[in-house]
Amino acid sequence: MEINYTVVFINSAAVLGLIISFYRNKQKTRQALKIALKGFIKMAPAILILLILVGLVMGFFKPEVISSLLGDQSGVLGIVLASIAGAVLMIPSLIAFPLTASLVESGASIMVAAAFITTLTMIGFVTLPIEIKEMGKKLTLLRNGISFIIAVVIALLMGALL
Amino acid sequence: MNMKKQPGREKNKKRGNPYFLIIVVAAAAALLYFFPENREKTLKASYDFFIELILILPGVLVLTGLFSAWVKNETVVKYLGHASGLTGVALSFFLGMIPTGPLYVAFPIAASLLKKGARISNIIIFLSSWACIKLPQELVEMRFMGIKFMVLRLGFTIILVYLMGLFIEKTAGYHKARRSDDK
Repeated sequence: MEINYTVVFINSAAVLGLIISFYRNKQKTRQALKIALKGFIKMAPAILILLILVGLVMGFFKPEVISSLLGDQSGVLGIVLASIAGAVLMIPSLIAFPLTASLVESGASIMVAAAFITTLTMIGFVTLPIEIKEMGKKLTLLRNGISFIIAVVIALLMGALL
Repeated sequence: MNMKKQPGREKNKKRGNPYFLIIVVAAAAALLYFFPENREKTLKASYDFFIELILILPGVLVLTGLFSAWVKNETVVKYLGHASGLTGVALSFFLGMIPTGPLYVAFPIAASLLKKGARISNIIIFLSSWACIKLPQELVEMRFMGIKFMVLRLGFTIILVYLMGLFIEKTAGYHKARRSDDK
């Protein structure tokens, strides 16, 4: 569902943009396509790694295992485990929230839930190669590292308030 | 491994990283060899994701290319650069919030904004907001986790992401942003 919507939106925007661009300035359109192609070549190895990692993560970590692991964990260990699980997994948010809700139902604390959701959305372990290619190593490591800390902080704050 | 002292981001970009790719391929082959029961699921996940990428990525790259060709550097500097202030911050949050797909789509866009002179802090805010402050996503979160949970988490996230942006900008290379401002 989410993917279909994205696909339609992005591709129609791209096609529309290309048509308008071509109409107004062929030179610039050619330049734009060249940049796009260069970008693709630059990203190709990172994309290959991404494909392999996604397969491995989905093939080896099952959501059921995660929920049984985190279900009865709370406290700091639970938060850390949840943060790591969220960072490594790549689950669409539409599935992630029901999953998290079921985690809470099966005994996980609010803190664990908040940590899981936050790292799940903010940190992409499998997309690291692409992020490094585009943004550079330093920015990528800082962003992901600090996001991890932020997840733990948010979890603790939520735990204190809820 | 390649410790050259040149300013060399250009160089870095070209070098690529064949070792990492080889390690990942080898690890994947070994895992699949030793755990045949996971083979099917792994290959299917990779295949599904490959289809997703093929459908999304060309469009994203074309958009990024169009953006690079048409949008002037001064425009980006004006709205997201160092003088953009709170407007720039708000704009970064807002740009990220528009529902436009998974995070890996945002990296090329962020990189081209950065190249055109956006502040690092604003780019970090843009990426983080893209990652975790999607409007439809918040609605789903509210439905499953309750409004109090959603509002609190959202509030904390916005504050901490803003601080993270400033912090990363301080540590990671103010010089880089300034260099592109000079151009």
